[in-house]
Amino acid sequence: MPRVAPARLALYAVLVAFALFYLMPVYVLVINGLKTFQEVSLSRMWDLPSGLSFESFIRAYEKLRPNVLNSLTLVVPATVLAAALGSVNGYILAKWKFRGADLLFPLLLFGMFIPYQSVLIPLVQFLQWTSTLLGVRLYGTIAGLVLVHVVYGIPITTLIFRNYYAGVPTEMVEAGRMDGAGFFGIYRHVVLPLSVPAFVVVMIWEFTAVWNEFLFAVTITNNPARQPITVALQNLAGSQIVEWNVQMAGALLAALPTLLVYIFLGRYFLRGLLAGALKG
Amino acid sequence: MQVASAGRGAITAPPLVGRPRLDLDRILAVLVILPSVAAVGVFVYGFIGWTAYVSLSHWNSFVPDLSFAGLSNYLTLFQTPRFQIDLRNTLVFTATFLAACITIGLGLAVLLEQRVRGESLFRSIFLFPMAISFIVTGTAWQWLLNPSTGVNLLFQYAGLPFQSRWYTDPGIAIFSVVLAATWQLSGFTMAMYLAGLRGIPGDLWEAARVDGADEWELFRHVILPLLHPVTLSAVIVLGHISLKIFDLVFAMTGSGPAFSTDVPGVFMFETTFRGNRFADGAAIAIVMLVLVGSVIIPYLRHSMRTEG
Repeated sequence: MPRVAPARLALYAVLVAFALFYLMPVYVLVINGLKTFQEVSLSRMWDLPSGLSFESFIRAYEKLRPNVLNSLTLVVPATVLAAALGSVNGYILAKWKFRGADLLFPLLLFGMFIPYQSVLIPLVQFLQWTSTLLGVRLYGTIAGLVLVHVVYGIPITTLIFRNYYAGVPTEMVEAGRMDGAGFFGIYRHVVLPLSVPAFVVVMIWEFTAVWNEFLFAVTITNNPARQPITVALQNLAGSQIVEWNVQMAGALLAALPTLLVYIFLGRYFLRGLLAGALKG
Repeated sequence: MQVASAGRGAITAPPLVGRPRLDLDRILAVLVILPSVAAVGVFVYGFIGWTAYVSLSHWNSFVPDLSFAGLSNYLTLFQTPRFQIDLRNTLVFTATFLAACITIGLGLAVLLEQRVRGESLFRSIFLFPMAISFIVTGTAWQWLLNPSTGVNLLFQYAGLPFQSRWYTDPGIAIFSVVLAATWQLSGFTMAMYLAGLRGIPGDLWEAARVDGADEWELFRHVILPLLHPVTLSAVIVLGHISLKIFDLVFAMTGSGPAFSTDVPGVFMFETTFRGNRFADGAAIAIVMLVLVGSVIIPYLRHSMRTEG
């Protein structure tokens, strides 16, 4: 036992050192967000605040509140719709393989890896075009962003559901068919009731991805009142007139929803991540 | 199995009822998936095609001019010093970021496999940055690597003589961004390796130990080769992220001094949406797509083949 101890100690020392490294930015954001404006100073960034002051968080929240609401009205429908489509598509690709499905699937998957810069110019043109020609205001609106996130969310949600449904025994589908159920009946009564874990994984994934997204948001919504939180935070953090502890409080506010999801549903969060690496 | 054979027997009994129903369902399946396929077809492949077309046009002002320009936009692009710097930055960024994530990720995964107390707490702490937006990461690390405070201040407290100008020093600015990106994604790499390690049967360790192999030999000759598929996945996933990186750089440093942290993503965004040079922007986007595609397409082919 005593012979092993130093190695064990070194092991824990390394792990603790890395834990401190990962927690360092959070520490800085929290303690500086909690300082009063008088107390904030670059040379005392690491010092604990003398008391708890929430004025930076209140200031940051006042500035970012419309954008937090924008992000919520974006994330909820985008997540629900992308998950619903992914579930139906996954069901079809796993249990109703049609001719060409094996070719279609990788073509679909490619869509989740592309740099979105390569679709951005036509996308903006398309959204402007729907406004001027069809009278549907998709450019510069949250509705437009919902559409974009649903479409580009289809590949990953379809992948996760397809891999999940591949594990549902085909015998259950056969049995459903024996009971006289058709395409929709089997989905509704056999597949859907089994889908809760997959829905949790997919919805957490989509929620996180859409909440954190920046490129579509910054190019499609140009009016600051309509922008999601990531764009507003970027504007706040780039501002010369906003105190930096307010910027830090704002960064923490922007990170909070996805952090809470991670803390309470971390297990499912990880599963979504690993599915993103293709192996479901 | 019993259900399956019973089912097959039942199908042969009323064939006239079974067949047409089945076909209707197959048609339904195709009809239901069709809107998604059409949407992805237009928004991914159609739009890529249109971007490629724009990149071959003269549309380099606010007024659309889609007359054919051949490859001239690409030729000028590759001669532009800023773009040459961007490509070099992308290579340096990708190489160091991959090396850092894989070393740290594999290292932490192996350490956590040593029956560590508080293992799940460590794992959660290592992985949480993955839940955060690149914009938040960029904001936080901009302050941490601010030369007049942050990490430099910590070095002073520790009595270390080391002080760096971080992202204000063109020579090392790109590594400041690598540091932030590694902070965000090394835990994810660890999670991939942990999943890989857990898939290795425990009796393999035992067998090797009985053979008299020491821990290091065992790791090098038995475990590491078994982890090759994980490493491949990690290289692909991290590599395609770093080849198209935009948000983090944009939020943390922008182009940096003397374009030292500039990447194609930032250049494309500024060229297109600040400079209204759409054809040039489209050409940069297509180069980015080719870079990412050269990594992803072989990987997709490989995955589909092994899946069977």
